[in-house]
Order: sequence, then structure tokens, then C-alpha cells
Amino acid sequence: MTSILFIVFLPLLAAIVAGFSNKTFGAVLPKIVTTGALFVSAVLSWTVFIPYLSGGEATVTPVLDWIHSGDMRIDWALRVDALTAVMLVVITSVSALVHLYSWGYMDEDPDQPRFFAYLSLFTFAMLMLVTADNLVQMFFGWEGVGLASYLLIGFWFRKPSANAAAIKAFVVNRVGDLGFMLGIFGTYLVFHTISIPEILRLAPGMAGSTIGFVGYRIDTMTLLCLLLFVGAMGKSAQLGLHTWLPDAMEGPTPVSALIHAATMVTAGVFMVCRLSPMFETSPFALHVVMTIGAATCLFAATVGLVQTDIKRVIAYSTCSQLGYMFFAAGCGAYGAAMFHLFTHAFFKALLFLGAGSVIHAMHHEQDMRYYGGLRKHIPLTFWGMMMGTLAITGVGLPAVFGNPVAFGFAGFHSKDAIIEGAWAAGQHGASIVGTIVALLTSFYSWRLMFLTFWGKPRWEQSEHIQHALHAAHGHDHDHDDHGHDHAHAHADHGHGPAAHSDGTGGYHPHESPFPMLIPLILLSVGAVLAGFVFHGYFIEPSAGEAYWHGAIAFNEHLMHAMHEVPLGVKLSASVAMLLGLLGAYIFYIRSPEAPGRLAATYRPIYLFLLNKWYFDELYNLLFVKPAFALGRFFWHRGDEKTINRLGPDGAAWVVERSARVAGRVQSGYVYTYAFVMLLGLTGAVTWAINIWATSK
Amino acid sequence: MIGLGHYLVVGAILFALGVFGIIANRKNLIVMLMAIELILLAVNLNFVAFSGYLHDLVGQVFAMFVLTVAAGEAAIGLAILVIYFRSRGTISVDDVNRMKG
Repeated sequence: MTSILFIVFLPLLAAIVAGFSNKTFGAVLPKIVTTGALFVSAVLSWTVFIPYLSGGEATVTPVLDWIHSGDMRIDWALRVDALTAVMLVVITSVSALVHLYSWGYMDEDPDQPRFFAYLSLFTFAMLMLVTADNLVQMFFGWEGVGLASYLLIGFWFRKPSANAAAIKAFVVNRVGDLGFMLGIFGTYLVFHTISIPEILRLAPGMAGSTIGFVGYRIDTMTLLCLLLFVGAMGKSAQLGLHTWLPDAMEGPTPVSALIHAATMVTAGVFMVCRLSPMFETSPFALHVVMTIGAATCLFAATVGLVQTDIKRVIAYSTCSQLGYMFFAAGCGAYGAAMFHLFTHAFFKALLFLGAGSVIHAMHHEQDMRYYGGLRKHIPLTFWGMMMGTLAITGVGLPAVFGNPVAFGFAGFHSKDAIIEGAWAAGQHGASIVGTIVALLTSFYSWRLMFLTFWGKPRWEQSEHIQHALHAAHGHDHDHDDHGHDHAHAHADHGHGPAAHSDGTGGYHPHESPFPMLIPLILLSVGAVLAGFVFHGYFIEPSAGEAYWHGAIAFNEHLMHAMHEVPLGVKLSASVAMLLGLLGAYIFYIRSPEAPGRLAATYRPIYLFLLNKWYFDELYNLLFVKPAFALGRFFWHRGDEKTINRLGPDGAAWVVERSARVAGRVQSGYVYTYAFVMLLGLTGAVTWAINIWATSK
Repeated sequence: MIGLGHYLVVGAILFALGVFGIIANRKNLIVMLMAIELILLAVNLNFVAFSGYLHDLVGQVFAMFVLTVAAGEAAIGLAILVIYFRSRGTISVDDVNRMKG
């Protein structure tokens, strides 16, 4: 298995070359190197993945020795099994397409080599995470993706909001990482090894034992699983530790697509699936996973209903879909969780890249209230977004009423599998939450589509569009708003923008260039077909068992039971989708004034949702402000008033004071010196005489 | 009969006057130079007195040395004084305190 070495290390090499390339090479060489490396990596990943479809053993490729201390042995090794193979395909494919997309999207940015180097570095770290053979290597990848995410969110570091978002992402992830680290320590303490296969082999034997933790006796496996799950919550933005994800949208849109939709945020789901035999030993931990997942799912979907920033809607949608994956895992349907991860990567990356294309066309306007009527202007982007929306809302024909084979877009297969899996596992409550969220998902996704592509243009009020128009009128093209206006406003001399009554303000959006459209087309194919083609391998009882081959705790009985759920459950997701579509149609096409009326009538609820359940305000009050106050206390009281006062400042003060006193002796008058000399002489002579007298 | 004791007393009085002149003088640097001369003369007087008393010529030779050095010292001192007056416009002792800390 040497190809795995190429898959993992080509992106690293490319990142190094791009990151350290000299300015004289320009931006083209780093772009070619990184994008080329990623495409090679992606092709190799598919060649690794496809043989696994018919079943394959796990392989481990050792790379380097790392830590040998006592009986602890930690080595760099790349482990490939069915689970890793899925992730390899997802990561490298989406990453390669995002690299290509960035050729267009970042075309006018002066720091392109840095951007591409970060993207490749991220890909390398993510690959290290999913190929990890032991928990410490997984943690290395875990922190690596965190670092790359920080760097990319803050890529436009001149924007204060981007810096703040980057710091927020890093700090919130630290909270999760503390849990993950404690989990790793605890695992080593209990099993005396951090090798993942070893832990999974030993875990069932530890079920039922207890361990002391902060003064209580707690079930060992429950404690370890919950600690590890805290790590997963941080990385996958689950309720409580989710606040960083919407803010992370400050980064460039390709970054949002790659890191904050398709790959990094799914690391938590991957970890839970990777350690699924361990989680299986603790029903309580699984219950927590399911509850948190379902809560996140519902929470994020409700917030997504009222957001107006196109990227934020998709960000909350991501958060919500991650909740789906977790509650599938919590129900024991790990296959369904991984399946949703797989399909979600395609359609969510597609939605983000589509949104990027819309933003690109609308001269960096992100507020959907200023969109409208874009269907005719950017048709390819529209169809790409359409495929993504059909996929995320789960459009398809269920296998009921004599229909032999369920057929639909990607999200249809995976979301139905989750809702049915939860029902089959006896978690009816979670299944109902899943159905409600399917309705909400459908509503906010179609709302996004209707606001953006249907209706009348409402571009005129947008500051960004005004900016573009004025730039074009004044022929002033050297504005430094990293500004990409391919969508040139046409110069209609003699008329001001206000002269147009059609809401366009005289602005003409243009379709994005080819490097941005090709990824949209390829991902559309994935969003349409990924569910139908692969659902057998991921979730069908026998094919699934052959495919997963022990890589996750695949529950064949649950997958059987999934097909036996009541008709109502099978139909529920599709009905919910249709209701959501209908609701969005009524609200945003039939009577566009209805949302405003509703918001006015139920203002408290509207504000509650618009302000994201006041999580940020709550955390600000509970953690951020006290932390700042504590910091200020230590700074002023501890550092300045104690350490500095007794230390350096105090010493300087004493020296200065004593010098001033000593300085008074130096009167400057000759006679004073003479007098002192005389006194000294007298003293010296007296002393000498005294010596002389006594020695005689 | 004038003995060694009388010479020594005169020398001591001259020395004391010289020291007093340096310490108590607040007016004029020239007076200070003169006081220093007075101290050296007091020392010379002691040398010569002891030379006579002990019948040893070394003391008188030393007195000649001291006179030479004193002449040189007075010349240099006066030269410094002139330069100082040119640059500062005064030779009042109370104004000479540039070394004040």
C-alpha cells in the first residue's frame, strides 16, 4: 500500500512548496503544484476506495517511529480500512475541487500562494486524522486541522471580524480538545495502550467496571466515551460548543465549503464511528450522543429559518446535518451516520460553492434580502444550487406502494436511513425530531433558493452593488476591496442607478468563470448519485456487513429492522420535505409580505431565533466577560501591583531614591570637598598613629 | 631663645589659617589659591625647622622642591582660573558648583 503514502504526503509536500515559494515564482506555480497534488491524491483515493466496496482487510503502513517511553509505543502509521477509505475519498475529492474552485474565486487576491498552502496543509492534517492508527496520531491530525481552520478563517487578517472569528473558533475548540485529551489520558490509564485496534479489542472487557473521577465512582467506559465525545462536540460544532461555526463563515467561501461543511466538522462523527465498538459498551454514553445530536439538529434548523446571510443559513444547516449524523450514531446506526457524512460532503460542498458563486456574481453581497431573480442571470450556478437543495431536502421516491427500489437524490437515502434507523432502534422521539427537522431543513433550503433565484431583483439597496456601480461609472477599478468584480456593471451614461425601476439598479451579474463551474458540475453529479449508488454498501444489511468488515460496529439487525418500520415513518421524511417546500413557496413566492407579518406578530420568538437562542450573549455573560475580568484582575492587581511593584519597578524605585539622597552630598562647592578630604585625612592619620602607637 | 617649639607653633598656625581659608572662603578662587600657598609654606617652615634642629640638610633640599612645585602649581592654578573666568565670567567660589549631583 504505497499509494496511501502518496495520498497523505503529496498535499504536505505541495503545502511546503507553495508556502515557501518565492514571490518571483508568482501565484501560478503554487496553484499548479497544490491543485495537481490534490487531484493525484484524489484519483489514488478512489483507487483505494473502490476495491473496499467488495470487502477488504484493514492495512497498516508504518511510517516512522515516534515516542518510545517505557512500555508506551507510539508510532506514525497509516491505517486504511473501509471507514478510512470513505473519508479519504470525501476529503481528497472535495479538497481537489475546492482547490480548483479557488482558482476562480481567489483570482484577484494578492496572497494566493498562502491560501493554497493552507488549503493543502489542511488536507494533509485531515488525512493524518482519518488514517490514524492510534489516538495520539489522531490528536495530531485533530490539532492540525484546528490550526489550518484558524489560519483560513483569519485568512483576510486585515478584517477585525475575521480575526475575532478565528480566535473564537480556536478557543471554543480548545474546550472540546481538553475533553479529548482527558479521554486519551484516561484510555491509556485504563488499557495501557493508545493503539485504536487494541483499545477496541479490550473495550468490551472493561464494560461495567468503575473508575474514580473528581471524587466519584463512575462507569469506566461511560466516562471515557463522554470525554472523547466532548472532543467530538467541539470539532463538530454540537449544541453548546457550536458557537464558532457560524462565525467561521468570515473565511473565504471555498474554505467554508471544504473545512466547515464537508470535512473538518465531520471529524467528530468520524471519531465516534471509528471508536464505535467502544461506544457500544456504554448505553448511557450513546444516549448522550443521541440526545445532543438531536438537540443540535433541532436548534440549528430553527435558527437557520430566520438568518438572512446566505452563508450563515448554510452554516446552520451544516450544524443541523451534523446533529443528524450524531443522533444516528447514538442510535447505533453508524453505517447511516457515515452514509450521511458521505452524501452531506457532496451536497453541502456544492451548496457552499454555489453560494460562493452567487456571492461572486453579486459583488460580495451576502445578504439574501438583496438578492432575487438571479435564476436567469447565473443559470449554471442556479442549477448547481438546485441539485444541492434537492439533495439536502431529500427529494426521492420511497420504496412504498409497490415501488420496488427507493430512488432519489443523495440526501433522500441517507436522511431516510437515519430517521428509519432511529425508529427501528426504538428511539421514536429522536425519529420524530428528525422528521420535524427534515421539514425545517426543507423550509430554510427552499427559502434560500426562492429568495436568491426567484422573485424580483432587490439588488438596488445593496451597498456592495452600489459600490460596484459607482466603481464602473467612475472607471475607478483600483479599489482594494479584494474585489472580484467579474460582474461588471454596465456603464449607462446619463442615467443614475435610481433611474431603473426594476430593482436591478443597472447591475448585471455575470456567471462565474470555468474553474468555479467545473466543481459545481462534478459535485452536482455527486449530490444526485452518491446516495443511490452507494446506499447498498453503507446501510444494506449484507452488503454493508461485507463492506464495513468490522471497521465500525455495524449492526446488521438494526439495518434489517430499518426496512420493517411502519409505512408512516417511511413516508414521514418525504411528507415533511413537501410541507417545507409548500411553506417556503407560500411565504416567499405567493405572498412575500407574509414573513414580515409573522415576524411582527410573534416578535419575541422571531428575535429569539434571529439571535441564535442568545447563545453568544449567554456565553459572553458567563465565560467571556468573567474571563476578561479575571485577566484584567491578574494584569492590574497581580502583575502590575504585586509582581512589578515588589520586583523590577520596586528595585528601580529604591535605587532612584537612594541615588537622590546620595546626590545631595555632591554640593559641587570646592570647599565642601576640601572639608571632607580634611576630615578623611584626619581620620586616616588618627588611625595610622593609633596603629603605630599600639604596635610599639 | 627661640626653639623648635616656636617654629612648630607658627607652622601649625599658618597651616590652620590655610585650611580655614579654603573652607571658610566663599568669595574668590584667588584667595583659595593663596590659602593653599599658605599651607605649603607652613609645611616648608616645618621642614626647615626640623632640618636645623636635626642638622640634616635633606629637609632644606625638600623645602626647595616644595617651593618649585608650589610655583608650578600656582602658575597652573592661575592659568585655569583665567580660562575659567573667560568661559564663565566669574570666579566667585559660590558660583563654582557645576559638579553638584
